[in-house]
Amino acid sequence: MFELYHPGTSVLHRLPAGFKILTLVIAGTLIFLASDLPIVAAFFAATAGLYYVAGLTLASAWAQIRPVVWILAVLFVAQGLITGWTMAVFIVLRFASLLMLAGLIALTTRTSDMIDAMERGLWYLRYIGVNPAKVSLALSLALRFIPVLATITRDVREAQKVRGLERSIVAVAIPVIVRTLRMSDDISDAIEARSYDPKI
Amino acid sequence: MTTRDIVYVALFAALTAALGLFPPLTLPVIGVPITAQSLGVMLAGALAGSKRGGLAMVLFLALVAAGLPLLAGGRGGFGIFLGPSGGFLLSWPFAAFVIGWLFERHGGSPPFGLSLAYLALAGIGLVYAIGIPWVAFAAAIPFSKAFMGSMAFVPGDAVKVVLAAVITRAVRKAYPDWSSGK
Amino acid sequence: MIEVSNVHHAYGERQVLKGITLTLSERRIAIAGSNGSGKSTFARLLNGLLLPDRGSVTVDGLDTRRDGKAVRRKVGFVFQNPDNQIVFPVVEEDIAFGMKNLGFDKAEIARRTNEILSRYGLEDHRTHPSHLLSGGQKQLLAISGVLVMDPDYIVFDEPTTLLDLRNKKRVIEAINALDQTVIVASHDLDLLSGFDRAIVFDAGKVAFDEVPGIAFERYIKTMT
Repeated sequence: MFELYHPGTSVLHRLPAGFKILTLVIAGTLIFLASDLPIVAAFFAATAGLYYVAGLTLASAWAQIRPVVWILAVLFVAQGLITGWTMAVFIVLRFASLLMLAGLIALTTRTSDMIDAMERGLWYLRYIGVNPAKVSLALSLALRFIPVLATITRDVREAQKVRGLERSIVAVAIPVIVRTLRMSDDISDAIEARSYDPKI
Repeated sequence: MTTRDIVYVALFAALTAALGLFPPLTLPVIGVPITAQSLGVMLAGALAGSKRGGLAMVLFLALVAAGLPLLAGGRGGFGIFLGPSGGFLLSWPFAAFVIGWLFERHGGSPPFGLSLAYLALAGIGLVYAIGIPWVAFAAAIPFSKAFMGSMAFVPGDAVKVVLAAVITRAVRKAYPDWSSGK
Repeated sequence: MIEVSNVHHAYGERQVLKGITLTLSERRIAIAGSNGSGKSTFARLLNGLLLPDRGSVTVDGLDTRRDGKAVRRKVGFVFQNPDNQIVFPVVEEDIAFGMKNLGFDKAEIARRTNEILSRYGLEDHRTHPSHLLSGGQKQLLAISGVLVMDPDYIVFDEPTTLLDLRNKKRVIEAINALDQTVIVASHDLDLLSGFDRAIVFDAGKVAFDEVPGIAFERYIKTMT
């Protein structure tokens, strides 16, 4: 319904989601340890190359950076003036690569697969006393109710428009939250009515 | 955790996502856009309590990391956490927890002035205490520069502290049998 | 058979049910009454979602207070707003939820899911986001999620209140086609007219307890 996923059949699409997340975490850590511009530049080029492998255009790589481009620009100028322009290029390339790599994973992995991978990862949490079944239920409930609350928020804004209050956060948030709290009572009843036992 | 606790965790995560749908408002004079989303952090703490509020934020961030474009402006994905603003996002569960904990000292509804102070302490103080060092580290800039740069967002966050306090008070009035248990 | 004896229930200071004693053994029972008459509270007592402050509710001899789990297995509950009852983002996941809680195996879950989806013409929506269903389809999905758990009784709390006319007709048909014992709290007289028994609540007490025709006639008279 709302995801960044871009359908395809490439190697990157077929790799397991958990593997991709781990790779990103490791690559992200390593790149923060690197201190040479050539290494970061090579990393950047390799990431861009992976977009090609995944059958994606460079435009979609750019789309990963675009939302934060002004932050990067500020960073570039500040860094250039404070520590020099080589450092500025280094820092900005590092961010751009990470954003592109993370974006690549989002583009080649269905959100549902990503969440399945997370749920499988959750089983390890039971060693620290967390009940994975409960986490999994919370995850599903959040996915279920995000669109519901989005609709409620839109409805309330529509209603407040009549009074010219559709941009007032307070006038919208209060009715939305009160409705959410009332809903939550019914939802917990509905879950328990279907024989859910929180003690297991 | 009861079923009800799980539901509150999920709904406050969903609520934070819904707040991201608000068009950002730009403060006059300073010109920095502020989004309603970080209001979700304060409301989760103030209304859902420490444990549930903190977990709601963990859940919200997990969904963002999974690739759902839930952050204001339709952003999402793991990359966000690795970017310069990653520390601010990672501070949210802690901020919500501390706000909840402070509110619970007063049975969930501290006097208005005190709730302003609590929301500011954790909703701004703690968030910046985690967010600014991250900016300094990730962007390799001196701490003082990261600090100065972040100050541009303080007026917007101060506005949100007031909004969160007003909303919390109004919701508690409209829904008196609602309790923010632990 | 559900036996309700001398049940009292209050929310804080507000006394909602004041000494209700009823034996429910008919196959189609209507619970009517105006808003605040106590009918929704009464419905929630029947499967142990609420426990009586005083008195007792038993289902085939099982006490809701003592044997809560077994009672919930026997008595399914369908809420007024399906949006609050559908708890999973995908249609088939939501149908499977109750069965998973009861420990059904995968093959059985799949078999019952297929059966119920085709019964209500929802096959094509199997893997769709539940959010995108129409109001009537959502209510049918909510009913499906309860039916696959094989309850002996199904309690409905105002199942048609939020639906438009066309969807309302579909849901009424679905309810009338059920083999289970059905107890419906509602003020939708279209839905309740063919029932075996109508119990009208007023201010936390039973006002009339008759066949629907007579009960509703008297009910409407007191309202006007």
